Amino acid sequence: MADPFKPKIVAFLCNWCSYTASDLAGTARIKYSPYVRIIRVMCSGRVDPSFVLKAFALGADGVMIAGCHPGDCHYIEQNYKTIRRHTMLRYFIERMGIEPDRLRLVWASAAEGQYLAESIDSFVDAVEKLGPLDWSANWEENGDRLEALEAIVGEHAEAMEVRP
Amino acid sequence: MSEAAKGKLALYWAASCGGCEIAVLAINEKILDVAALFDIVFWPVAVDAKVRDVENMPDGSIDVCLFNGGIRTSEQEYMAQLLRRKSKVLVAFGSCAHEGCIPGLANGNNRRQIFDTAYRDTPSTINPDGVEPKHHTEMPEGALYLPVFYDTVRTLDQTVAVDYSLPGCPPEADRIWDALTAIVESKLPPPGTVIGVDTTVCEECPRTRNEKKIKKFYRTWEIVPDEETCLLEQGLLCCGIATRAGCGARCPRVNSPCIGCYGPNQGVQDYGARMMTALASVIDSNDPEEIDRIIREGIPDPVGSFYRFSLAHSQLRRSKLVGQSVK
Repeated sequence: MADPFKPKIVAFLCNWCSYTASDLAGTARIKYSPYVRIIRVMCSGRVDPSFVLKAFALGADGVMIAGCHPGDCHYIEQNYKTIRRHTMLRYFIERMGIEPDRLRLVWASAAEGQYLAESIDSFVDAVEKLGPLDWSANWEENGDRLEALEAIVGEHAEAMEVRP
Repeated sequence: MSEAAKGKLALYWAASCGGCEIAVLAINEKILDVAALFDIVFWPVAVDAKVRDVENMPDGSIDVCLFNGGIRTSEQEYMAQLLRRKSKVLVAFGSCAHEGCIPGLANGNNRRQIFDTAYRDTPSTINPDGVEPKHHTEMPEGALYLPVFYDTVRTLDQTVAVDYSLPGCPPEADRIWDALTAIVESKLPPPGTVIGVDTTVCEECPRTRNEKKIKKFYRTWEIVPDEETCLLEQGLLCCGIATRAGCGARCPRVNSPCIGCYGPNQGVQDYGARMMTALASVIDSNDPEEIDRIIREGIPDPVGSFYRFSLAHSQLRRSKLVGQSVK
């Protein structure tokens, strides 16, 4: 039997709310899926779209961004930029053939350890249903590439032999 | 410089339009200086030298190779490998070699889809027998070979090691001359450098800039922008905010938005991601539904708008590969 699919989820959590929420989940011994890799950032607004795209390109099956509730941002309004980037990114990745549901934005305050754990679990469930992304497989050329390269070398060798 | 000390220069093109070849001539009479400083040993557009001549050269015997075009076929990959081996300095010349450029936009499709369009679906195509290019065809006279057409366009630096990149579609004459002078005077920057200016097109743009708040994006044919104010503020998708300077903001100066041919600024990995970041900062709404509407109405083609010149070099490189590929 094949190994069950263990999704790789990258979660960017903001320092002031969501990371503290995951801390709370830890101290309160709330269980959540082990497939999530948490990266602490100072603000959800620090998450450049290139972080998300890099995660997908390097093998993530899903990416979660979590920050303070709108209006509660430690840096006043940066999480509103996150809303816009998230909308923009979902629109873009859909056109690239990545299911937009592989990217999720969650608001979790420092008191919402339980809610964050539930959000992680529900996101992992959703990504498990979508299956592996395995993005770098899209870059493979099919088999005749190397064969064709060798053929060119061979053809040129012949051409050079007939040279006086 | 004496005749014996002349350097050896090669120029080659792969998947490109030929504009870069013309751009070399845009340095005008300085082309005579180039001829005085270098022997041009290989330049299929202008000089009669064959691939086998290059194959017979000792490795590392070409001083500089300016390589334009992306890698789309096996033949282009072979030439990239050959010229890498024969050249001391390999320069990715122009946007196609550097970032994939317009040919790289085909990474939104694969070989099957491209062949279907080119050899079957266009209204002007009459091809009842379904003839399309094949790598290997047996004929009574013997086997015939064509280069293999790849599913994905790759940039030169995704194919072989590249020493320098010269961005632009095509590179501006002044930048080409800067690069050639630097090579001749041995004042080259560290390998891996993108030869250009480390700032954005906005720095070179003479337009007045205020705080940007955008409620609606316009396509270029929808409005006639005024000639004084920042084009982005007027709702046109001007890519100057994310694009490396070096062109002198040519397009904004003639009332046309920057389309990003110089690629990302120094330190930026993914051009489109930088565009998305920048635009997310200027959209004047905090309501997800309204934001979605503004983006979808104003930017109907996000891949082509954000990665017009850099899809092949972006972090995702291509869209999801779908369907069966053609043998």
